[in-house]
Amino acid sequence: MLNKVAALGQATLNSIAGAGAALIMLTRALVGKPQLRKSWPLLMQQMYSVGVMSLIIIVVSGLFIGMVLGLQGYTILVDFGAEQSLGPMVALSLLRELGPVVTALLFAGRAGSALTAEIGLMKATEQLSSLEMMAVDPLRRVIAPRFWAGLYSMPILAAVFSAVGIYGGYLVGVRWLGVDDGAFWSVMQANVEWGHDIMNGIIKSVVFAFVVTWIALHKGFNCTPTSVGISKATTSTVVTASLAVLGLDFVLTALMFG
Amino acid sequence: MESRNTQLAVGLFVIIGVLALLFLGLQAANTNVATAGETYRLYAKFDNIGGLKERSPVKVGGVVVGRVSKITLDGDYYEPLVEMVISKQYNEFSDTTSVSILTSGLLGEQYIGLNPGFIDDTVQMLEDGDRIYDTKSALVLEDLIGQFLFSQGND
Repeated sequence: MLNKVAALGQATLNSIAGAGAALIMLTRALVGKPQLRKSWPLLMQQMYSVGVMSLIIIVVSGLFIGMVLGLQGYTILVDFGAEQSLGPMVALSLLRELGPVVTALLFAGRAGSALTAEIGLMKATEQLSSLEMMAVDPLRRVIAPRFWAGLYSMPILAAVFSAVGIYGGYLVGVRWLGVDDGAFWSVMQANVEWGHDIMNGIIKSVVFAFVVTWIALHKGFNCTPTSVGISKATTSTVVTASLAVLGLDFVLTALMFG
Repeated sequence: MESRNTQLAVGLFVIIGVLALLFLGLQAANTNVATAGETYRLYAKFDNIGGLKERSPVKVGGVVVGRVSKITLDGDYYEPLVEMVISKQYNEFSDTTSVSILTSGLLGEQYIGLNPGFIDDTVQMLEDGDRIYDTKSALVLEDLIGQFLFSQGND
């Protein structure tokens, strides 16, 4: 009995210590004298592998999610003779929810797992220790550019996702099912607002970017440096990041649109 | 040379992002000037605002000129006071202007309709913070049915 209580206490202490370690890692990586000349090429490289390489999966899934929204929305709305509301339905669900959230989930799977595995392998092969041997801070050299790249890339990816999704809804709704072209856009424009809908969606995706990248980097940096440890850390990144995104999304939606 | 290709790809990536944002801003969101540029405030007191909400549109003949910015209860009798933000572009309303709460469509959202009043030498133009006194309240379905039943009983 006492052993179980002790195990619970141990688990609690471990999770608190983990959160503390993650915060310390992030502050030590980000706070300090900025060295633009050195960090700019590193950032570019990471923007390429984190952002540009994720573009294809984002565009394809955005297009298909928009098309499905158009198709499903049409079959329901046409019963009420309200198929002209298809535009705002597709646009609002993409801008407010699906754009930021699905992008964050895909990003966690596509880029977050790669970040964890990369850093975990660097740790396992003692590349991080050798950087320290050469008096290069691995936090500034390895963690910081990856963090900034994730933070910059995800809002861009979310905007691309929403834009492509709206176009997908347009393709299915207007081109295939015959919703009126003018009404599709004008009713959408009457219902979507720059500040309320688009900006809040971008704020959401920035928050998700912060959380997902942070979790991925922390899991990689603190993993057990074995093959089992890396595989566990990669799985844990995807699970934790996805749960964190979904939970945070509810809180953010309640704050912004509640 | 590889770093140059990387930079090109990242540059393109950023440009695509900006284009997507522009598309969303210009094509999907309302680019209506109402409440985007300079604005002024008008007030109107109603008996009943029905389903009017903050951010509901204010229209003149169907054209959006502003939005409802605040709804409060005012005075000793707790009458709903509606604050409207109107675009400075439309600042030539006379104090004979009337406002009514209308419904778009049968089941649609409620909005405020402004009916510009006549202009002659004796009337003044409405300015920031002015109150419109000629108001018509929202149509409440239950009241309407009640009146109908009452008038049927009189026959």
